[in-house]
Amino acid sequence: MEEVLAATDRVIDAHKADREALVEILREVNDENGHLTRDDLQRIAERTNLPLSEVYSVASFYSLISLEPLGRHVIRLCQDAPCHVAGGREVREALEHELGIPFGETTLDEQWSLLTTSCIGACAVGPVMMVDNDIFGNLTPEKAREIIARYREADVQDVTPTPQGG
Amino acid sequence: MKSLEELRRIKERALQRRKLSGKGSRARVVVAMGTCGIAAGARDTMTAILTELEQRDIADVVVTQTGCPGLCEYEPIVQVQIGEQEMVTYGNICADRVAVLVEEHIAGGEPVEKWQLTG
Amino acid sequence: MIRSNVLSRQKRVVLRRAGSIDPYNIEEYIAEDGYFALGQALGEMTPEGVLEAIKDSGLQGRGGAGFPTGLKWSFVAQQSAEKTRYIICNADESEPGTFKDRLIMEGDPHAVLEGMALAGYAVGANEGWIYIRGEYEMSRDILERAVSQAEELNLLGDDMFGSGFSFHIHVHAGAGAYVCGEETALLESLEGKRGVPRIRPPYPTVRGFRGQPTVVNNVETLANVAPIILNGSEWFRAIGTARSPGTKVYSMLGDVNVAGLIEAPMGTTLREIIELHGGGMKGGKAFKAAQTGGASGTIIPAEMLDVPLDFASMRESGAGLGSGALLICDEDTDMVDLAYVLMRFFENESCGKCTPCRVGTAQMLEALDRLRRGTARRADLERLEEIAKYVGVSSFCGLGQAAPVPILTALRYFREEFESRLRH
Repeated sequence: MEEVLAATDRVIDAHKADREALVEILREVNDENGHLTRDDLQRIAERTNLPLSEVYSVASFYSLISLEPLGRHVIRLCQDAPCHVAGGREVREALEHELGIPFGETTLDEQWSLLTTSCIGACAVGPVMMVDNDIFGNLTPEKAREIIARYREADVQDVTPTPQGG
Repeated sequence: MKSLEELRRIKERALQRRKLSGKGSRARVVVAMGTCGIAAGARDTMTAILTELEQRDIADVVVTQTGCPGLCEYEPIVQVQIGEQEMVTYGNICADRVAVLVEEHIAGGEPVEKWQLTG
Repeated sequence: MIRSNVLSRQKRVVLRRAGSIDPYNIEEYIAEDGYFALGQALGEMTPEGVLEAIKDSGLQGRGGAGFPTGLKWSFVAQQSAEKTRYIICNADESEPGTFKDRLIMEGDPHAVLEGMALAGYAVGANEGWIYIRGEYEMSRDILERAVSQAEELNLLGDDMFGSGFSFHIHVHAGAGAYVCGEETALLESLEGKRGVPRIRPPYPTVRGFRGQPTVVNNVETLANVAPIILNGSEWFRAIGTARSPGTKVYSMLGDVNVAGLIEAPMGTTLREIIELHGGGMKGGKAFKAAQTGGASGTIIPAEMLDVPLDFASMRESGAGLGSGALLICDEDTDMVDLAYVLMRFFENESCGKCTPCRVGTAQMLEALDRLRRGTARRADLERLEEIAKYVGVSSFCGLGQAAPVPILTALRYFREEFESRLRH
């Protein structure tokens, strides 16, 4: 357990366990592990001297902090009006179809999570989506499928067995 | 920063440097790398420009970046300036247009009119 | 050629360097007179002089409300001398369809920093915070780099320009919540809490960040400060209209030929913006409606194309300028569907603190969904309108107060379209 929480402790240390930095601590631990576990929340609560309920309440408030494990890649499609009128609805359907899950869910193989986001300010090249931290614009159903294929291909190359010690 | 005088010196130096970098090189290429630009593929465009210049062994061209000029619809936007000539702005320069752009404008000195944005 | 004169027709004050300088290099900002306003102010002007110059310029907040910037600063400057004061830059740009602040931060970050330092000098604050929305990673990166470059040259930090005045800026990223654009919610979030709005008054100018007097200004507002100090208030007043001097940055989207960012003098009409800067309607179709000010903005019909776009004129016409987002809709636009998508946004972003907003947005969304599907009856439409009015007047903060605006204005001008979707 201590080992698992080492990264969490590092983030807390970097912010000197400052209560005012709670949102940043939560976000950084989240970005490190993809989501926050109960143990993370517990540790953050202890070290910032806050009740666990308060840490949980802050964590659950923000959309970029997740209390559930997400997939290896997270798609966030903008669903606001400018993207919607530029063809966002078709892209939405194409993504659901391609990944076989509705929005808000993660694929069984834990490779993909499909989420929505509010406007990311790239409206003139809408519809747009974020895949992890990268933004893709001028989407069409075909282009969205292509992007997923590109990530899938890169992942396969990643896991190609390489000589490993120990 | 101790005084306005010191700031003035930095300004002079910056202007001088800008002039000199223009002199030492034959051309300047500026890629708009704001979020819109990147979402429209500016990163691929930038890579394609660098690769294309390297393959052609062109070393006297400075490639830099800028923010988004606000013409998001025309991203990726690339600006090319040959020597002291006027800057030419191009719209929708995805990676697949880079070879032609480098060939005609940077190597050949002839702007590619059909992709040009003016004004 | 693709088209001509797109940029030369604009009047660029705030955006004059965006897209032409390298935002990662402070020297390029200085080469174009950057930090000269700060140097002059610290060397030759008193804090009161800077405050007066901003007051005289007539600069109004560009975040949407149009509150006089100089007046806001003076509220903070008046506070007792023992109090620590703060300058906060509201860079939580989350209004759908709005990306002007992002463009300023990504293209000309030092303009924001210089504006903040000037504000600090004017009101006696030595610390500034930029609250930037969590999704804007590139803006955050560029701003952080800009702060450290400015510190290296001592353009920020201690004893700037040998004046004895010190100013430090911190960049703080949010974690995803639209409501944090509301200034008191932003302050809560900045203090590490849930981003729920506070009761006002007291206003942040009296009790803001850490309970101290605080100026909260939008990115575009701050980017106007250095040009005013450098060129004088009269220069600024000569741009725009008497009641709203200066320029406004618009993000224009939708069915126009050229979407993107436009900076034009206050008072320019929507018709001029569409024709001159937007290259006209796409495909030569007819203009049907525009939404001004983002998701919480008003929907206006063709009869209002010639109203001057400035804070006062728009207000008098029952519309709002808001954040400067302009969503242009042509004759094919389905207003019911548009209203539904807009309400989906509010229903999603309601923070849940107060009942009118939490429950009201959900009920309005449900009614709009029935309308959209053609299963609503007249009573549903009447109820929608009633709830909309109720939510608008009884919600705790700006989010809920603004949520019904698009529905109510769409109903004002396009009622037949809603009625035609009723099931009889």
